[in-house]
Amino acid sequence: MTNTVTEIVLQDQIRASRWRSMISLYWMLAKTAMQARFQYRASNYFYMIGMVVEPTIYLVVWRTIAESSGGAVGGYTAGTFAAYYIVWTLVRNMNIVFTPFGWEIRIREGELSGQLLRPVHPIHYDLGFFIGWKVIVIVLWIPIAAVLSLAFHPTFDPSIEQCIVFFVAIWGAYLIRSMLLWVLGMITFWTTRVSALFEAYFMAELLLSGRLVPMTLMPGWVQGLSWFLPFRWTFGFPITALVGPISKTELVVGVLAQIGWVLFGVLLVKVVWRRGIRKFSAVGG
Amino acid sequence: MTDKTAKMNVTSFRPVRAPRLAWSFFRIGAMNELQYRSNFFLQLLQSVLTLGAGLVGLAVVFGRTTNLSGWTRPELLVVMGVFTMVGGITNTFVVPNMQKLVEDIQRGTLDFALTKPADAQTLVSVRQISIWRSVDILTGLIVLIVGVVQLGDNNNGIKGATSLVMLLLLGSWTIYCFWLILASSAFWFIRVNEMQELFQGLFRSGQYPVRIYPGWMRFGLTFLVPIAFAVTVPAEAATNRLTGITVVVALAAAALFGIGSRWIWRTGLRRYSGASA
Repeated sequence: MTNTVTEIVLQDQIRASRWRSMISLYWMLAKTAMQARFQYRASNYFYMIGMVVEPTIYLVVWRTIAESSGGAVGGYTAGTFAAYYIVWTLVRNMNIVFTPFGWEIRIREGELSGQLLRPVHPIHYDLGFFIGWKVIVIVLWIPIAAVLSLAFHPTFDPSIEQCIVFFVAIWGAYLIRSMLLWVLGMITFWTTRVSALFEAYFMAELLLSGRLVPMTLMPGWVQGLSWFLPFRWTFGFPITALVGPISKTELVVGVLAQIGWVLFGVLLVKVVWRRGIRKFSAVGG
Repeated sequence: MTDKTAKMNVTSFRPVRAPRLAWSFFRIGAMNELQYRSNFFLQLLQSVLTLGAGLVGLAVVFGRTTNLSGWTRPELLVVMGVFTMVGGITNTFVVPNMQKLVEDIQRGTLDFALTKPADAQTLVSVRQISIWRSVDILTGLIVLIVGVVQLGDNNNGIKGATSLVMLLLLGSWTIYCFWLILASSAFWFIRVNEMQELFQGLFRSGQYPVRIYPGWMRFGLTFLVPIAFAVTVPAEAATNRLTGITVVVALAAAALFGIGSRWIWRTGLRRYSGASA
């Protein structure tokens, strides 16, 4: 009787300490990444400014169209377009995760072998590292957003709920994209001729996520399709969550969709990793 | 006696002419890359995907309007074609050379180029070629032709075509000079790769005529980064918008960028201390 009680207590303690060590692992990884990335603030800035060009082009084009068609197009005015594409820049940065193109080097140069020796799943290292980097990115983003706001005068006034959902949604987007790109990258276990596939994936993402234009400006069937794919939940949804127009129901649906895609992503990572790693050890002898 | 032969050798030394030099390197580079044929299909796919995204973007725009700051759909097709072509020219002939140049400056291996009996600037500008990137020149040309055909009677025939080709060459030259300035900055700065990334990002703004951008951006895209001369001006020639003043300014800019980049290259070269120093 006492035996089972101690057993339960012990198991609880083990579980608790596992959680604690996981959190401290993430904290260390994030801290290291922050320090490492902060050294290269200048290069980070060049990178981020180069990235700002893309939404600026879209913004200028759509602002022009809105103005020439009587102030608004598809419910967006020059001001809300500006808000959309300025928030876009943050969401785009939150979407940056370990690139699937990196898997070839990981496998070919044997980086993975080292990671396999560690007691936790390698994905935690990627997740922790990029979380740290994101913190730096958000700090560096603020001045960029300020300059863009001065240049393009965004109009938006989000409610408290919208702000909360936005904050959750950018991290949800980060998780979904981390999982899915990990799965995509792991295809490299089976074949090295993957770049065509990756390019096609990114192209689909560009058109179906709300990155090119707000999804409401896309033709009806594209919008319909996008509901069943992960892309809009990692890009368009976080933006519209903050910028609007969005109803309370849509906010809830969006968060639920994100949770669903995160869970699905975790499952996929588990399954594909287990199969892929068998292939890897086969190659490594 | 030996002294005299040495002197004779020096006097009889004649630098290889630039076009011949470029042609030899072009042939070697092309032969090298032609070994890897599957890269062609990869590049073709990438080119088609990028272009496809651009075309979808145009389709969405023109689903909502009939003209963008006075540019109609076929006219913007022309712009996109020129944009893709100039990107292809730059990525085939200019970017690989400039990347190698930066690498050589950073490693000190530029010695190998400087000791050769040819003008160093010419040599470092023709050493490398990424032949498969020229797929973009082809796909861009197709889009350009489709655009011109769609323009119908608005197009201005032989005169437009000649000025288009001339201005394309002129614009490519200006872009080359700009890249040389970027690469030469490696004589002073370490983190040049990021600057190149930045420029690659900025270059994307050329897919629309620079006139649609707000004034401060238009200025930057014309005179700081010569995207207007490389893409918009040739596209203006193809869409019958070209004015004499634009041509004069484009010529002046090409000359200024040529002189400026040469000067910066030579000033930088004086700072270069080589691998053994």
